[in-house]
Amino acid sequence: MDVLKVENVNFNYGSHKILTNLNFSMENNQVIGLFGDSGSGKSTFCKVLTGFIKEYEGTVTINGEVPQGGFNPIQLIYQHPEKVMNPRWKMRDVLEESWMPDDNLLDEFGIKREWFNRYPSELSGGELQRFSILRALNPNTKFIIADEISTMLDAVTQAQIWDSLLKLARKNNVGVLVVSHDKKLLNRICDSIVYLSDITE
Amino acid sequence: MSKLLEIEKLSISFSQYFKGLEQRELKVLSDLTMDVDDHEILAVLGSSGSGKSLLAHAILGILPSNAKVSGSIRYKGKEMDDELKEELRGNKISFIPQSVNNLNPLMKVKEQAIGYIKDEKDKEKIIKKQREIFNQYNLSEEVDEMYPFQLSGGMARKVLISTALLNDPEIIIADEPTPGLDEEAVKETINNLVELKEKGIGMILITHDINTAIETSDRIAILYLGYVIEITDTKNFSGEGEKLLHPYTRSLYRALPETYFELTEGHQPSYQNIPKGCPYHENCSRQIRECHYELPELREVNGTIIRCFNPLGEGD
Repeated sequence: MDVLKVENVNFNYGSHKILTNLNFSMENNQVIGLFGDSGSGKSTFCKVLTGFIKEYEGTVTINGEVPQGGFNPIQLIYQHPEKVMNPRWKMRDVLEESWMPDDNLLDEFGIKREWFNRYPSELSGGELQRFSILRALNPNTKFIIADEISTMLDAVTQAQIWDSLLKLARKNNVGVLVVSHDKKLLNRICDSIVYLSDITE
Repeated sequence: MSKLLEIEKLSISFSQYFKGLEQRELKVLSDLTMDVDDHEILAVLGSSGSGKSLLAHAILGILPSNAKVSGSIRYKGKEMDDELKEELRGNKISFIPQSVNNLNPLMKVKEQAIGYIKDEKDKEKIIKKQREIFNQYNLSEEVDEMYPFQLSGGMARKVLISTALLNDPEIIIADEPTPGLDEEAVKETINNLVELKEKGIGMILITHDINTAIETSDRIAILYLGYVIEITDTKNFSGEGEKLLHPYTRSLYRALPETYFELTEGHQPSYQNIPKGCPYHENCSRQIRECHYELPELREVNGTIIRCFNPLGEGD
């Protein structure tokens, strides 16, 4: 059992307080929804969790330890897949930077092998998002932070993406924090829902 | 009687540099036909990055110069050339842009709402009107003197809407008016749009948010890879989706978290790889021979306009 724990986190931009005394914890067999108004600090929280913001007070730990250098077991998936891929790399390199899943898994995610020789600009948003999810689901990943990952996709693609992601996460005991402004989606896929205003002061 | 705005067989493409000097042709809108009347909201629904905004730009005549455009756009039966587009935009045809980024960051809100007016008397008149409209939207006099960065998302949205109303438009083109707003602000924006329609305005609402489309519009045009595949009454987006005739539209409705969250196989390719024949045939459970070779024309079936050789029936 892995436990992700956030204790007494504070973060400000200058004098503007974003997160105040935030406390949160989840386990690796859970899918938890995080809901909050726009501008309430959801994305900032995601960046704190995954180490993209480092200048905060408080601690983020897995099983009591602060993740050290190397591969981060808490992986962020972002709203815009095209912004997190090197536009000059082919898709094979984009994926291999993290790991190369076996054929079964590639099929399960509906990834066609011919895409490996394409550049990110030659794939659709839904196709790219499949790559970013699979890239984040490296065998060393323990938690996935999914920040509005299906907001920009049509409903058909949204249902497909969540089906693939959650199946694999459940199978490999990866905990998923689903951040979304769409409460109906959270109701559909999460074990429970947390309001950002309830875990901060 | 001619409709307020009619679009016929509109196609927009770009040629773009790809690797080095290699060029490729990117079709973003293909063979688009639709119309809108007064007292009506037509929602144009397509996934993001699908070039929906270019439709707005084409109507307003503000496409970039490297865009290749064909087809026709008519305002009250009159063909819109560049001159007419320039005359109408900002007057009879208003635009509600996507975000506060469309405001000039260095200009106070009031200044950019009224624009440049030479004649002092005209200016006074329009300032008075601007104040009236801003009051209607609960924008206080303080807001007049603010710069865009001082506005919250909801306020910025109201500023964009009230600015669009200053010249008593007949047609409004609204581009993604709701994303990034919280629930409350979305509700308010939706109410505002419906109010405008009730006053007689004809509106094209461009959005990727199916809920906004369902809650505001009278008809919905669904885009798939730049093609209109179905234009249907909004009330058909209800129940089990049995009145939606195109296989993609029905899957879309049934995939919503609030309906069935139903899984459909196959995914939407990118714009560089639009299949020959029907753009949806690779993922379609009802494909027949023709679908592979021929692009279906738009046609009417039971009051719905549809681009499909083998549409679903109500019993399917």
